[in-house]
Parts: sequence; C-alpha cells; structure tokens
Amino acid sequence: MQNNVNITKNVAQYRQDFAIIANWVKFGTKVLDLGCGDGELLQFLQSSLEVKGYGVEKSDVNLLACIANGTNVIQMDLEDGLSGFEDQSFNTVILSQTLQAMHNTEEIVLEMLRVGQEVIVTFPNFGYWRNRMQIATGNMPVSKTLPYQWFDTPNVHLCTINDFDQFCKNHNIEILERRVITDGKEVNLMPNLLGSLAMYRLKSK
Amino acid sequence: MSENNAIGIVAPQTAHFNEPLKLKSGTVLTQFDLVYETYGTLNADKSNAVLICHALSGTHHVAGKYSEQDKYPGWWDNLVGPNKPLDTNKFFVIGVNNLGGCHGSSGPVSTNPATGKPWGSAFPIVTVEDWVNSQARLLDQLGITQLAAVIGGSLGGMQALQWTIAYPDRVRHALVIASAPNLTAQNMAFNEVARQAIITDPEFHGGDYYEHGVVPRRGLRIARMLGHITYLSDDAMGEKFGRKLKDNIKYSFDVEFEMESYLRYQGDKFAGEFDANTYLRMTRALDYYDPALAYGGDLSKTLSQTKAKFLVLSFTSDWRFSPARSREIVKALLDNESTVSYAEVTAAHGHDAFLMPDGHYHAILRSYLSNIEVGGNHAE
Repeated sequence: MQNNVNITKNVAQYRQDFAIIANWVKFGTKVLDLGCGDGELLQFLQSSLEVKGYGVEKSDVNLLACIANGTNVIQMDLEDGLSGFEDQSFNTVILSQTLQAMHNTEEIVLEMLRVGQEVIVTFPNFGYWRNRMQIATGNMPVSKTLPYQWFDTPNVHLCTINDFDQFCKNHNIEILERRVITDGKEVNLMPNLLGSLAMYRLKSK
Repeated sequence: MSENNAIGIVAPQTAHFNEPLKLKSGTVLTQFDLVYETYGTLNADKSNAVLICHALSGTHHVAGKYSEQDKYPGWWDNLVGPNKPLDTNKFFVIGVNNLGGCHGSSGPVSTNPATGKPWGSAFPIVTVEDWVNSQARLLDQLGITQLAAVIGGSLGGMQALQWTIAYPDRVRHALVIASAPNLTAQNMAFNEVARQAIITDPEFHGGDYYEHGVVPRRGLRIARMLGHITYLSDDAMGEKFGRKLKDNIKYSFDVEFEMESYLRYQGDKFAGEFDANTYLRMTRALDYYDPALAYGGDLSKTLSQTKAKFLVLSFTSDWRFSPARSREIVKALLDNESTVSYAEVTAAHGHDAFLMPDGHYHAILRSYLSNIEVGGNHAE
C-alpha cells in the first residue's frame, strides 16, 4: 500500500525534500530507495550526484514506470524485509514518506540500518499543529502531507517527531541529523508543533 | 492474409560448422549444423541483433509461419514481430535450434557423418555451456560481434545467463525469464521420472530405436504429461479443468475428467512430433547447469565478470522455476553492483506464464526493449 503515497505529494515540498536528501547523499555512492515509486528521486540523485541507484517497489504500475525511465528497480514487498541485500552494502538507504504506511515499521527501520551505512527516513509529522487542530475540532487530519480520508488511508503507523526521537533512542539508533520542513521551508522553532514533514539521517550506534 | 503486426512467411536456414567443437563432457563434435531463423534486418553496424534461446521443447521457429496454410505460428510469435514487444522494425532477431535438438540442428535424429546413419544414442550429451558456445559460432558466421540482447525463458533463461558469463563482451542486455541459477533436487527429480519413462519404454532400444523402425512413444508421452503438470499451477489447473467430467462417470480407466483428456492430448501430440533422445538430452542439460559450481557455489563470484545489463523476471505461480530462484540471480547481481531490474509478475499460469501474452508482462518487456540503444544507419 506504500505505493500510493508518493503520488500525491505537494510539489514545492517535494523539491525541498529532494534537495535535503541530495545534501545527505554523497557523490558517486550507492543508494537504495525503498518504495521508490516511479523512480523520480533516484533519477534526481543519479543526474545530480551520479549515484549508483536501485529502487525497491511493490506496485506493478510504478515498476513499469521505473523500467520505462531506466531506473534499476527490484520488485518486492518491504513488509518482508530486505533479504537479498547484504549487510552494509549500500552507502545510503532511503525510505521517503513511506514509514507511516508500513505494517512492519520496526523491522524495516532495523533492516535499513543493517543494509545501509546511513539511513534516511522521512515521514509526515502527526504532531504538526494543523493535524492537532483537526483532532481538537473532532476530525481525523486531512492535509497536503496526509491527503487521505480515514477510511481510505494507507497510513497505519503515523507518529510525531517526539515519538520517532524516542523510537531511535529505544533502538540505539544515532540521529546524525534531523531537518523539518513545512510548505517547502525549514522549521527550526518547535519542530514537533510547526513542522509538517520530518527528515532524519540515521545510523546504528 | 497476415495481420500488420505479424512476421508473415518465414523460412529456416542452416549453418554448417567444420571447426570442431569441444563439448563440456570432453567429447568433440568434429562438425555440426545449426538450423536458425531470423526476423527483421541486421543494421549497418550490426548492433541490433537479439538472440532468443529456446527452452526444453522449443525450436528455432520463434515467429511467423512457413506458409499461409500453417495453423500455428512460431512458439513466441506473441512477442516477436513488427510493433510487438520485441519489435522487428528495430531488432534483428535470431532463433536457433540447439545442438541435440530434433528440428534440423545436429542431434540424435540427424545423420552421423562418420556412419551415414542417425546418431541415436551415440550423439553426445550437450550442456547449456555447449549451446552457448555453438550459438557464438553462429554469430561469428553472421558477422555479429555483440548482441543487443539475449532473451530466454526457463532453460532458455539459463542460456541467457550463460551468455553473460561466457561472453561478457558479446552481450549488452540479458533478459532472464522464469529461470534459475541451477535446478533444485525436486526439479531434477521430475526430469529423472521423465527420463525413466522414456528409457524403460521397450521400444527405446538403448536410444537406437530409429534402426528398429519404432519410437518410444509411450515413454515420451508420459514424460510430457508429467511436464505439463509441473508447468501449470494448481490454481490454473483448477480454473482450466477443475473436476469437470468429460461425460458421465463410467467407472473405468478411460478418460473421465477433462484434465485427463488434456494431458493425454498434450502427451500424444508431443510424442508424435518430438524425439525421445532429444528430450533426454534437454532434461540433462537442465540438470547439469550450475555455473556457480566452479566457484564453490558462490553465484556472486560466478557473475562477477559479467558486463551485461539484466532484466530478471519471474511469475508468482511458477513453482517449477519459482520467484525465489530468480531472486538468487538478482541478489548475486546486486552483490556485483550490476545494472539489474527484477519484476515478479502476478500470473496464474505457473511456469507456462512466460509464453503467455499477459499485458503487464509484455508491457515490461516492451518498455525494457524499447530502451535498448542500437546503432543508426538502419539498413533498409
């Protein structure tokens, strides 16, 4: 179900999202993008940083799009883990706005840390004030980063920035860097309240 | 009349080779023939050649018909033709009958030049490696130094893989479909039963049945029936036949169920047109293929010298060449940082799916093949 997620992203934020990821990925390195959608991020990283990129994707439609645009894509379900990928075989493993749609959330993060020297995870911050407002007024949040109704959402594991910080602490994961953006702009003040998209660069401690 | 995306009328050709070919077994074929067909036009810089490797019962007759009256076209006609996924407006496609075959290439039914009689049991056991080496000879004769792509399903996929190992500079893309890096014990077990059915047929005569004027039809028929069971999934058989009866139950061992009718028909048809000695050799080639054996079982090391870009494809309901086996190939390629994509196509037809014109499957092949660059100066 993670495959739907990449399609309806806000374009401005998408670019900012990409720009930050591109900042975190080193030139000419090996990158694995989990839930790569139509391969747009990998194409961007390949053209800007000449990375050796592979995508993992479950959906037939996205797989076909990747093959059509020449992205290396491996069709598999992330819920099954990353068997087939050796320990520490990628410089960077990316999970872009897919974490919240995973069932085996804990397992995939640990698998990413096994396969990647560094890991990039981005997700919509459920603690964002607009989400809180909607909850306060009695409705499930619907927004640019959470564009689904409660009955058709693929998102099953929404979390806040505080929650994810705690998750990292509990799992002995080192947060190398955290960036938070709202409407394409960086948020430094009270990120868990004012940030709509959370971006983490992680590694195992 | 032909449809506008059909190849039309084709004719096979025969290439003769006088240079001896040393086989993996150590035996030397002093001379041999390969029968082949081509579709499309070889371009000026000879950069658009695609080789199709056939599976167990395939032939060089991949596409088109031999005459307007032909009931059926070649075995992969749904893939190959003008504007088809493997587009003959762009590519020069070659189908070849493998050594040991029974459709014109040197094999048990062909004449042994040393005796003037059919080779029969004397025809050597050939391997996937031998086939690829002989195919390379054919390319030499056609003046093709490098293939744009090599494509094969099942046993054909093994040949495609072998091409990238044996001739890394001669193949730019390999499409390995419904295949495996070797056979599992269970898979080889089916082959052994098939061979035993043939070998124990009283009319087998140690493989020299030609001189007795008979063929081990019963054995070949049973071998093929067994094969057909394994090429279909349980679901596909259920959907196709279920428990449907042919007629009212007769309490006999005649055909009672539709499924039996299908298997008998397929067995009879095959036994009437295929050679038992060839069947034995094709199944043995499947069994023996294990390129990682020379590398201590390390498939990653085995594929480390390959230079081709890969598309690996499997089908969800294929239990004879399961997706897990294709993923082994993918993993080894990832270990080598090869350029590879892998598609696991949802299909109900089991192993047979690779021959079916499934929309998504063909869309993947079409997309992949359309991205393959070939030189300009396309010959008219």
